[in-house]
Amino acid sequence: MKVLVCMSVVPDTTTKITFTNNDTTFNAQGVQFIMNPYDELALTKALDIAEPAGGTVTILHVGLADAEPAIRKALSMGATDAVRINANPTDSQFVAEQIAAFVKDKGYDFILTGRESIDYNGGAVCGLLGAMLNIPSINVITQLTVSGGTATVERDIDGGRETVSCSLPFVASAQKDLCEPRIPNMRGIMAARTKPLQVVEPVSGSTHVSYAKFALPQPKQGVRMISADNPEELLHLLRNEAKVI
Amino acid sequence: MSVIVFAETRDQQYKKSTLEAVSYGKEVAQKTGGKVIAVSMGGASDPAILGNYGADEIITLHGAEFATFSPEVYAAGFAAVCKAHGGKTIVISNTYSGKSLAGRVAVLLNAALATNVVDYPDTAAGFRVKRGVFSGKAFAFMDMNSETKVIAITPNSVEIKTYGSNAAVSAQQPADLPSSATRIENTQTVSGKVPLTEAEVVVSAGRGMKGPENWHMVEELATALGAATACSKPVSDMHWRPHSEHVGQTGITIKPNLYIAIGISGAIQHLAGVSSSKVIVVINKDPEAPFFKAADYGIVGDAFDVLPKLIQAAKATAAS
Repeated sequence: MKVLVCMSVVPDTTTKITFTNNDTTFNAQGVQFIMNPYDELALTKALDIAEPAGGTVTILHVGLADAEPAIRKALSMGATDAVRINANPTDSQFVAEQIAAFVKDKGYDFILTGRESIDYNGGAVCGLLGAMLNIPSINVITQLTVSGGTATVERDIDGGRETVSCSLPFVASAQKDLCEPRIPNMRGIMAARTKPLQVVEPVSGSTHVSYAKFALPQPKQGVRMISADNPEELLHLLRNEAKVI
Repeated sequence: MSVIVFAETRDQQYKKSTLEAVSYGKEVAQKTGGKVIAVSMGGASDPAILGNYGADEIITLHGAEFATFSPEVYAAGFAAVCKAHGGKTIVISNTYSGKSLAGRVAVLLNAALATNVVDYPDTAAGFRVKRGVFSGKAFAFMDMNSETKVIAITPNSVEIKTYGSNAAVSAQQPADLPSSATRIENTQTVSGKVPLTEAEVVVSAGRGMKGPENWHMVEELATALGAATACSKPVSDMHWRPHSEHVGQTGITIKPNLYIAIGISGAIQHLAGVSSSKVIVVINKDPEAPFFKAADYGIVGDAFDVLPKLIQAAKATAAS
């Protein structure tokens, strides 16, 4: 069994987001970068399935060399080997094209991604890859079992859940609930130092989109306090002042 | 050249987010020219009503292939209509189903893709969309440079407009669909409850509720206000509530008209997921809770004192 897990590297969840260069660039100064939390779930699930079957799990990242500590973390969680496609990951479509070009003739049984990266929140790579590779894509999965060439998947749908069966190969994106992320142990951390990390040069990609500038949400005007003894007042304001109920 | 909207349904009815998508399509067509075609797949009880929300024409796709939702098959059928009718701007709701289609459709049409879009495009020079990024902590303005564009518009981002007329409906049977490699075995929907991502009012609670056994109060208030329920990360981590209710940076990002947070202190990760809400009410016994800084209305008080009174008042208002 051969499994591929795609990971992105994102600012830590506690990061206060700011921009520089006249609001055109994310300010990475002092920011700690981590493996995208949803990708940790994807990797953990891939390992849980591949390890008992004696399979391999390759972790793939499209990005520059500064992502290597996060890639080593993925290796310490248990990934067999890693591939970094040496390109600035400008947008979902560019990233998906790089992954698709790499995957093409490798014969992976299935591919997992996170539901979305918590920086640009595209949530698009799974579907893009599915179409580029002409295989099924299943978004936001919360359960996955693979046996005898078939996968059974539970996925979130709007207002519920669905169980789906699917032939291999396929690509799916990991949602919370899929599993608890694996914490690397000391042996894993030691082993990760010498695991292979292959650097691949990118193929030429599309430039369908480009980021022009960024903005922060408008700060609130200030809170209006209401007495705890008078919740009717709150409802009155919500109805007549804010007009939201 | 036309604007083509994917008209998502639930139980054969158009969702509120679908009407928003159609109105969005109309607004775009008024800027870029061309007509608005809504594409309805898998059966809807009354397709003609989409005319009232801005569609000039409605195409329904029939066939056994569309009986259940499959991203591959739906994307192929929808993309074929987009091609046949010169679709240059394609609008899809940024829902779970919509997002699972958007990427595939973009590839099939060799289009630029923007998900998580929260406003009308700026077409003054080119085509610039506003997207939610960093899980609600910021916005990005992104230029879509390709001739064809696929836009996934976040629910509750734009208003539904009405135009007072129905539109012509034509049924089509697309050819050359791929056979689906996926099969739906079983679907469980929570009936009678508003899906969180589409809800206009959300009642959310955190550790201040002390345990899952107290959640009946949260649900009672939600019912009285016609709201969906949500929770903070610790609450879903402790399995007091299902993860699907977790709003925040690693949960889901929502933008209801009204978000009521009870017993949630307001960590930066939580604020990220809810800061796009139009109005935020915070109820917390700690007057120093950081959430008050991000709130429009606040009550300092214990949830167990405030909630029963609030429920009673909300029921009285609902009844009047």
